[in-house]
Amino acid sequence: MTSTTSKADESGSEGVTRLVAQNEADNPSSKKIVFGADQALALDAGEELGPWQIAYETYGTLNAERTNAVLVCHALTGDQYVASQNPITGKPGWWSHMVGPGRPVDTDKYFVICANVLGGCLGTTGPASANPATGKPWGLDLPVVTIRDMVRSQARLIDHLGIDTLFAVIGGSMGGMQVLQWAASYPERVFSALPIAAAARHSSQNIAFHEVGRQAVMADPNWAGGAYHEKGLRPSKGLAVARMAAHITYLSDAALHRKFGRNLQDREAISFGFDADFQIESYLRHQGMTFVDRFDPNSYLYVTRAMDYFDLAADYGGSLARAFLHSPTRFFVMSFTSDWLFPTVESKVVVKALNAAAANVSFVEVESDRGHDAFLLDEPEMFRTIRGFLTGAANARGIPAPGGGL
Amino acid sequence: MTAVSSALIEENGTLQKAVRGDHRLVCDLVTQGARVLDVGCEDGALLDLLTRERGVDGRGMEISQAGVNACVARGLSAVQGDADRDLVDYPDNAFDFVILSQTLQATREPKTVLKQLLRIGSNVIVSFPNFGYWKNRLQLLFYGRMPVTDYLPYSWYDTPNIHFCTIRDFVALCEEVDARVVKAMALNDMGRKVGFNAPWWVWNLVGQQAVFLLKR
Repeated sequence: MTSTTSKADESGSEGVTRLVAQNEADNPSSKKIVFGADQALALDAGEELGPWQIAYETYGTLNAERTNAVLVCHALTGDQYVASQNPITGKPGWWSHMVGPGRPVDTDKYFVICANVLGGCLGTTGPASANPATGKPWGLDLPVVTIRDMVRSQARLIDHLGIDTLFAVIGGSMGGMQVLQWAASYPERVFSALPIAAAARHSSQNIAFHEVGRQAVMADPNWAGGAYHEKGLRPSKGLAVARMAAHITYLSDAALHRKFGRNLQDREAISFGFDADFQIESYLRHQGMTFVDRFDPNSYLYVTRAMDYFDLAADYGGSLARAFLHSPTRFFVMSFTSDWLFPTVESKVVVKALNAAAANVSFVEVESDRGHDAFLLDEPEMFRTIRGFLTGAANARGIPAPGGGL
Repeated sequence: MTAVSSALIEENGTLQKAVRGDHRLVCDLVTQGARVLDVGCEDGALLDLLTRERGVDGRGMEISQAGVNACVARGLSAVQGDADRDLVDYPDNAFDFVILSQTLQATREPKTVLKQLLRIGSNVIVSFPNFGYWKNRLQLLFYGRMPVTDYLPYSWYDTPNIHFCTIRDFVALCEEVDARVVKAMALNDMGRKVGFNAPWWVWNLVGQQAVFLLKR
């Protein structure tokens, strides 16, 4: 990550993108609700956050009985634009295969809500948001948030929308952690829960990867102890390296080999230097560079930390089953064979606990060689089984099943 | 063959497959709206029948992931699991009915599995192929070879059925684990209930399969 990135840093359009991103942190293109100081959010860190705001997007129509609402929880670097264009990148919704008209999460049948997570940088209060006390970005003054805090903030949004029980809460990876937390914290409000490619706790290995990413950000001199906003700096190189390392964990050896092999990038032979000789290097550099334009570096620290702190069983005396005891929720747990970041064994731990709680649970493992990212991709078996599960749940709920079909 | 006739054949095929004889008998034993666990639920045919006809709150456990995915795709709750290993996860009395359909003979430890079933369910329904069926006996008697029939099509070396028993063997096992036989039925080779009462040894001869309802 040498000369190419710094040139990109200086280029005009990238700078504009970044200004848009900065603006989105306080004034999102999506809907938002501002909660005043009198409606502060109590955080696990022991502090009260207020005023605070939550940015969200909705799709479809809430029925008269208010029984068809689906909450989608996004992953680490996701956002509320699950099925609509991202205002910064201009790309289509990050899960438009899954959510949309005639999709398994059918916006013709369901009222779909997706909110930016607490600690995020696209309109929900996070380190890039203005601290109401100073008018400057929060930076590291923002208390560290947890998955449970994220879910608390979403519950406030759901209250605000006048919805008592969600028909479904669905999400992958960190989104799946939020789904599990929802089911544990508000069992009566979750009719069905779909944690995908997730786990009930972040493993030691996953904490380790996150720590590498955070160290990369913090080792960048431009990070300036987290105060880069005020100093007009940007730890882009650090964040790009963090993204590159993380991106490897989202893929699989097989997928990388199929896509890139040892192919060389725009050259006939190796250069005996440290340019991006290989396609995989060029690809990772590109992933890193585009990421820094849409994501706040401090936000990356906060959200990765929230995942690290997640250990649902620990909140229930070490027994995950106790988190789900007497749960009325219908669960659908899904993993992918080649996912080594959130491997099948982690999903099986959840299933085992749900069985021990005699909860209603389905568990599907999808055969795929695309690694953790598979949940974001076009995986027909995933759509087929989620459609089936939601059909069964919709019948039990007395609302229409997803339309479309195979 | 025209497209229409092949579609008809296919439809007939599905219809014939729709309700197996032992499924019908099992379904008749389950009460309306019960909580049911079907161990070895395959593609969910029995669970589907129970859901439609008995309105049960049903769950399935199936060893093959393909079977599980098929169940879930048709709207049933199912998990991948092994009767020998994973029944221990469930709490006592978790279900009104636990069903083990045509699976007992494929478990490594049938006695342990049966004990687990009795712990998890207030009622236990077990259906299994009767190795004492007269056709099986004749094959062994006349050919001196392990029986291979349409109903049990495997050779000894590739069969998943590693613990065959006869109806009388099963009755003895029930006694051993203190299970009370509430109801027992034998099925003939048409998959229909043997409609007469007879001593065990007769059923043991004419029954191709058996269905038992047990309680602790």
